[in-house]
Amino acid sequence: MAKERAKAPRIGLSKTPTGIQGLDEIIGGGLPTGRPTLICGAAGCGKTLFATEFLVRGATQYNEPGVFMSFEETTEELTENVASLGFDLDHLVASKLLLLDYVRVERSEIQDTGEYDLEGLFIRLEYAIDSIGARRVVLDTIESLFSGLPNPLILRAELRRLFRWLKDKGMTTIITGEKGENSLTRQGLEEYVSDCVIFLDHRVTDQLSTRRMRVVKYRGSTHGTNEYPFLIEDQGISVLPITSIGLNHPITTRRISTGIPRLDTMFSGKGYFKGGSILLSGTAGTGKTSVAASFIQAACRRSERCIFFSFEESQLQIVRNMSSIGIDLEPWVKKGLLRFYAERPSVYGLETHLMTMYRKIIEFKPAVVVVDPITNFIHAGDPLDVKSMLTRLIDFLKMNQITTLFTTLTSSGKDLEQSEVDVSSLADTWLLLRSIEIGGERNRGLYILKSRGMAHSNQIREFLLTDHGITLLDVYFGAAGVLTGSARLAQESMEKEAELVHQQEVTFRKINLGCKQKAVEAQIAALHAELEAASAEMKKLSDQEKEREKRLARERDAIVRMRKADRNPEGGKRK
Amino acid sequence: MKTDKPAPTAEQSFDEKGKETYVLRLYVTGLTARSQRAIANIKMICEEHLHGRYDLEVIDIYQHPALAKGEQILAAPTLIKKLPLPLRSFIGDLSNTERVLLGLDLRVRKR
Repeated sequence: MAKERAKAPRIGLSKTPTGIQGLDEIIGGGLPTGRPTLICGAAGCGKTLFATEFLVRGATQYNEPGVFMSFEETTEELTENVASLGFDLDHLVASKLLLLDYVRVERSEIQDTGEYDLEGLFIRLEYAIDSIGARRVVLDTIESLFSGLPNPLILRAELRRLFRWLKDKGMTTIITGEKGENSLTRQGLEEYVSDCVIFLDHRVTDQLSTRRMRVVKYRGSTHGTNEYPFLIEDQGISVLPITSIGLNHPITTRRISTGIPRLDTMFSGKGYFKGGSILLSGTAGTGKTSVAASFIQAACRRSERCIFFSFEESQLQIVRNMSSIGIDLEPWVKKGLLRFYAERPSVYGLETHLMTMYRKIIEFKPAVVVVDPITNFIHAGDPLDVKSMLTRLIDFLKMNQITTLFTTLTSSGKDLEQSEVDVSSLADTWLLLRSIEIGGERNRGLYILKSRGMAHSNQIREFLLTDHGITLLDVYFGAAGVLTGSARLAQESMEKEAELVHQQEVTFRKINLGCKQKAVEAQIAALHAELEAASAEMKKLSDQEKEREKRLARERDAIVRMRKADRNPEGGKRK
Repeated sequence: MKTDKPAPTAEQSFDEKGKETYVLRLYVTGLTARSQRAIANIKMICEEHLHGRYDLEVIDIYQHPALAKGEQILAAPTLIKKLPLPLRSFIGDLSNTERVLLGLDLRVRKR
């Protein structure tokens, strides 16, 4: 890692972690130990807060006491201001981990009467440092001295000496400075503080603000050079590195059910990949939320935790609407498996949304996250920002093996196979819901546009919202084309009728043929009888003939005997 | 204030002639040349303009570092006019006598 590479050759450059979430990652471990760092930016960009958090985290997490020397706010003001972020300065002061010193500089009360030095400040600071054994120092905003004290030349020399002195004392110091016209700070403090400079920015685009920070320089260390969005929220500052997360998510071949049996079948019977990202796009009213709710219900049944980020409907509305199609989410909420976060996208800037989502996810550790719909973010930022934010969100979720389902609304005039915010490339699985208009009615159709790394059906399914959940049906696909809804039903009944007619015909013909068969059989029997009669006749005839010959022979003998004409009656005449 | 005698109040600071008593504190840092210059300068001014009605104390903040915070000392040397009010501070070695006198209201501003 960059951190180690930078560390190896220079053993001297050790770093002091700021404890600010996400910042230490960017600057490779922390601020340079024992050196001053300049934090600059325009009014209201979070300089004082940054500095305060640095001290508070140092005191509470790294056991490094700190001195806060304020030139602008009194200690009471400061304590009150940061109390809203959960920093209890009074407690830290009482436990000698923090020392607040308000330096009041009032030009009208000060007469300049000759040469001076800032030894008073040095002594104060030294006394403060020594009294609590401080390792960290904040000077906020030391530039105020320029308006309070005369003779800038002396002041500059003294400041240079002060920074040198702090370095010699080994104090990790933060110096804040107001942004100047053409320079980082009004008084050019960056000339004196050359080890590390961080620039804070607060931009408002389309009435929504985004805070960003950039490490302008960091001597002797590699650092992220991008502008990183950051947030100030109830737990302090959080920096979100966009690019520090690489494409090296852990992966798994485990599959989880979609909650719709027929849909599982379409994904070769197993469902989505665990930890994958699923994009669900479709025009209005195609049932995106319902598919998402089915997925959630299935996850809850497996006792997995889910978060439903809704940017359109409130929790109660979703629960009510889903119960109308037989998906009852209420018990899961009560069981603590399901959490809803409903918010209008326009209430915050994108970064705040992202950060809030990160927080909720880190807090709840869900297995499944649904974002419904991502399209609404368009109202909170331009498409490029939205895409960048979603990329980070998806990366984050993938890193944590969380299965994510995003819905996106496609407006009807547009190409269906193009998601509005152009995040299709981020999705591993893309389900498309569309309405099919045939015969004066709209019906819902569902198909899988893509699904990385798994065999999936290429069929369009008709998609029905019944009162016991979602059912997928085969669409009628025949000579008349794709039919859905009542057209499919009509076609089906027509087919049924045709079948019936056919059946009847077959039966009829069977009977007919049976009759014919019987007739032929009867004929055969009659002929048989005739044949038998004929052969009987024939026998009778030949018997009679034999009988006649016998009789004739007998009669001839009798005649011969009667005539007695010849003594040799047997002479060749007898048979 | 960590001085031995209690600081005079506003009422006490008027002497018999109705002129105020000046309560001055000079904070210096050790015996540097600049500190010594400042001490010399203020003593001279006080003797010359406030003879008998001033209370000057020179404090080395190296010796009393805790005072620096309470008295809002930043630069050195710093002279603080505690009384008469308003509180006013002077930074530098007090070599610009004109300014010091103006600040101590001992000289009427030229119109």
